[in-house]
Formats: sequence, structure tokens, C-alpha cells
Amino acid sequence: MNAPVNLSALYDCRDAFTQTLETLAAQDGRIVAVCNDSVGSSKLGGFRDKWPQRLINVGIAEQNMVGVGAGLANGGKVPFVCAAACFLTGRALEQIKADIAYSDANVKLCGISSGMAYGELGPTHHSTEDFAWVRAIPNIAVIAPCDRIETAAAVRFAAAHTGPVFLRLSRVGVPDLLPEAHVFELGRANTLRDGTDLTLIANGVLSHRAMLAAEQLAEQGISARVLNMATVRPIDEQTIIQAARETGAILTCEEHTIYGGLGSAVAEVVVDHHPVPMVRLGVPGVFPPTGSANFLLDEFGMSPVDIAASAAGLIKRKHQGG
Amino acid sequence: MDPNDLRKIANRIRRRDLQAVFEAGAGHIGGEMSVTDLLTALYFHVLNVNPVAPLDPGRDRLILSKGHAALALYVTLAEKGFIGKEEISTFLQPHSRLNGHPNRTKVPGVETNTGPLGHGLPVAVGIARAAQLDQARWRTFVITGDGEMQEGSNWEAIMAAAQFQLDNLTLIIDHNRLQQGARLADTNNLAPLAPRLAAFGWAVEEIDGHDMAQICRALTPGAISPGRPKCVVAHTNKGQGISFMQDNVAWHHKVPDESQYRQALIELEEAAV
Repeated sequence: MNAPVNLSALYDCRDAFTQTLETLAAQDGRIVAVCNDSVGSSKLGGFRDKWPQRLINVGIAEQNMVGVGAGLANGGKVPFVCAAACFLTGRALEQIKADIAYSDANVKLCGISSGMAYGELGPTHHSTEDFAWVRAIPNIAVIAPCDRIETAAAVRFAAAHTGPVFLRLSRVGVPDLLPEAHVFELGRANTLRDGTDLTLIANGVLSHRAMLAAEQLAEQGISARVLNMATVRPIDEQTIIQAARETGAILTCEEHTIYGGLGSAVAEVVVDHHPVPMVRLGVPGVFPPTGSANFLLDEFGMSPVDIAASAAGLIKRKHQGG
Repeated sequence: MDPNDLRKIANRIRRRDLQAVFEAGAGHIGGEMSVTDLLTALYFHVLNVNPVAPLDPGRDRLILSKGHAALALYVTLAEKGFIGKEEISTFLQPHSRLNGHPNRTKVPGVETNTGPLGHGLPVAVGIARAAQLDQARWRTFVITGDGEMQEGSNWEAIMAAAQFQLDNLTLIIDHNRLQQGARLADTNNLAPLAPRLAAFGWAVEEIDGHDMAQICRALTPGAISPGRPKCVVAHTNKGQGISFMQDNVAWHHKVPDESQYRQALIELEEAAV
């Protein structure tokens, strides 16, 4: 713990996703992949070559894609439904609600290139509302892994778990944060770094930025705890309450609008159980300008140095009594 | 089962449905009367289903995509033994599992939760694809309303079913010519439905959706066209069997008053003899 983040090797988590899926599919004939003409962007080419019959490409038709996933589950399959996160969630939200969650279909929804991963393609292709949309629906797990190791672990979890899962995956390169032997536990955050002055909570492509911010804060004599909170629903209440009690201030950062996502989920727990000063970093309720994902994260105050500055300001508020 | 016996069961289902709508003070009686003969033929002649093992992997699947006609499905499931007949009196009551739209997690025999229109057919395509992958012999049926075919998701599924050559899938369109607020022809007219489905590569058959012999014939395995999904356009009447409701747009979800209820019951009882 507290080892510096190694930025020399960055990984596209889609590779871990498909490698794990193929490993599992080789062992379990019930696993099928469903997609919307997204074989390339979902990195399902290898799956298709190995099991052409088990790759079900419905064409550009997301509502049907999600319904077909529910039907395959009814027929005894374990479908991984893969599409760009923006289209999977926005286009087929009612199917996710009625066919998957309410019907308790054993379907794994895999939102690829989530958040602002499509960067310059613009807000039509960004998926910065999906935490809010999907976590508002009962009976579906919402998971955003932070690195290739957690991605692989989350895919293994999803395959073994009976019930609806939404995996929110990115294509933006991220460094390793978790140990290779990491086992994913639903609704359980990981302490990436311990600290006492405040807690930084992040997931997905923000977790390593939070870690870099904590390293900078340490140089300023501030001890920041960093929690990687991949599961947004069900949220890890105990770990959040403990962080509020022990560090007295919480900063969240996410590749998502600040309305309804990780920060909101954390704030709900904090308000209900142990109110402390908070800052919620994310997309501030606007359609982002043109730029790459990493540029936009910096633009919205989530460079490590800006996260550290927000954290320092939060600590001042904490000492002033909120 | 003999068409005459099926007619008797359908009459019994209509009477119980009518009574439940009257007692609950709610329901979608027009569309329930139009779909009752189709449900009866399916559950008592066509489907290989077992109330004792409702999740048998080898069962035939039926999805009532027009989920607002849930009551007709509940009464049919009760007739078949999936739920107790006495439970129909709980329809729409607080905490009853028989709410306004069917829920597979609570009611045995329901395959997927419907209610929002245009959901059943995509799910049915997935079910049929699963059977095709396993080279299993069970069949998948889905009933949609005709107004429901205005939902674009259905046409996504229609394309996929033809592409996947799902000859184990049968779509039955309950073509009663009326939607909630008006006639189909005055809203967004999809009729004639048959050539549209045929243009997408489906095998299509048009039948009288109140003629038991025709329904049974259209749904037998012998009526399958190899390599093509099947669509049965069932010409029906909203409010079928009750003269003042029949083909009357006012009776989409209207509830009969006491005298209307008595008259409707008398008509159905006379038809039962």
C-alpha cells in the first residue's frame, strides 16, 4: 500500500474483458455474446472466430439487442450484451428496466467505451448519465472497474453471479492499481491507500488520478485515504460511513455527470448516516466541449493537481466546521 | 383438444375475466375478449407446458406482449392449473401478485415481464435463438396487439428473426383494429399487416382469430415453413362475445356498470350452451 502509481504501462481494459470472457466461454458453453454491429469496438473478434454461433450480432438495433439478451437468458444461456455504453443504456433503458432488471433476467450488460472515452466524437457518444439511469433501477448491479485486473475479476464475478449486472468499461488506458490476485466482491470498496485527513473516492478511469492526487497531497503533508469504489450499486455503505467518521471529509471524482452518479450515491450515505463536508467532482452538468477523454477530465478539474487542490480546499472547510 | 371443448373453455375464461373486471373496477376488457380464444387454443391445444414444472427447460414458451391483457392470461393460467382459481379474486388488490401487467418473478407460467409495448417480440427472438443454438425442439410463441406493432422495437426484432431463420418462432398479432384511443386506421395504419411481414421474409398466414379450428391449424408444427419465422395475423374483435363492447373503441379499459355487467354475463352464458 502507498506504493507510487506506475504510469509507464497503461492498459486498454477491453483486452482484459475479452480475454477473460473467452477463457470463461471455453469452460462454459452457456456463455454467449450479443452485440449491435460492435464486434470491433467491443473487441469480440476473437470470440466470433472461436464460436461463430455464440456471437449473436443483431445489427444496429439496441432495443432488440437487450430484449434478445433477456430471451437468451430465459433459454438457459448466460449472455454478455456488449455495446457502446451510450447506446446500450440510453437507447435501451426501458428494456434494461423491464426485460432485464424487473424480469430478473441473468444478463450481463457490458457498456464499452463509457464515460467520455469517445472524446472528440462529442456528447452524443459520451455516456456520462449511465450510473444515474441504471442505479435508479432496482435489482441490477452497477460496476465500473478501475484497471485491467479489476476488469478481469469483475467479468469473472458477473459470469458466476446469477442476476442482472451492468459492467461499465472504458477504452482509455489506465495503469495497474490492484494486485494480480484481486478477487472482486460486489458492493465492497478497496482501500488503495490509507489516510486520515480526508478520503478520495473514485472508480473507473478516475481511480488512478485520485491516487496521483493523494501522492501530491502527501508531499504537502496531507494524508488522503483513497477508496476504489467500483460498485456504484449496491453502494458500500459501511466503508463510506467509516471514511466519514475517521477522516471527516470526502471528495468523489467520476467520469460522469455530478448529478446522480458515484458522488451522489456516496452523498446519500453520508447525509443519512454521518454528515461531513464533501466535494463532488465530475462533469458539471454540461455537454462537454471537443477534446479527448483525458483532456476533458483535466478540463473539468480532475487532473491530479486539480483534485489535490480541491482536496486541500475541502480540508480547510472541514477545519472551519463545514 | 376438440374445437368445441376449446370454445367451452374460452367461454368460461371470458365470464371469469368479465367478473374480475367488474369486481376490481379495472382491467382492459376489450383486448382481453379479443385475445381469449388465442390464449385458450395455445394453453389447451398447442403449448407443451406443465403447471407442475413451470420452468422445465424443454417447455414451449408463450409471451403475452400485450401485457395490459394480463387478466385474460391469469384466468387462463388458473384454468390450466398454474395458479389457483380462487386467486383471480385478488386481481389488482393490495399486495396481490396479480397486478395489471404480468410478472414472471411472481406468477408461474409467465416468461418475461411485459407492459410497455414492443418488448415481447425481441425477448421471444432471444428465446428462439437459444433453442436454435441447442438444436432443441421446443417452440416460442408471442402475442402482440396490432397497435403495438407501431413500436419500432418490433421491427428490429422482425428483421433479426428473419436473419436468424427462426422457424421455431411464431408471432401472433391480435388484429382487432382498435388501439387505446381510436381505430388503427385513424391513427397510424399498419394494415394490411400480412404483406409487411412477408416483405421482411416471414411466412405469414391470416386467420379468423375467433375460429378455434383455424387457430389450432395455424399453430401446429405442420404449419411451420422451414427457415422462416411465422406470423399469424389473427383477425379478431375487441370485446368479442359481448355485443355492446364489440368493435367499440370505448371499451379499451372501460368498466361495466351493474346493468352492463348483467347483460354481458347473460350474453356469454347464452353462448356457452
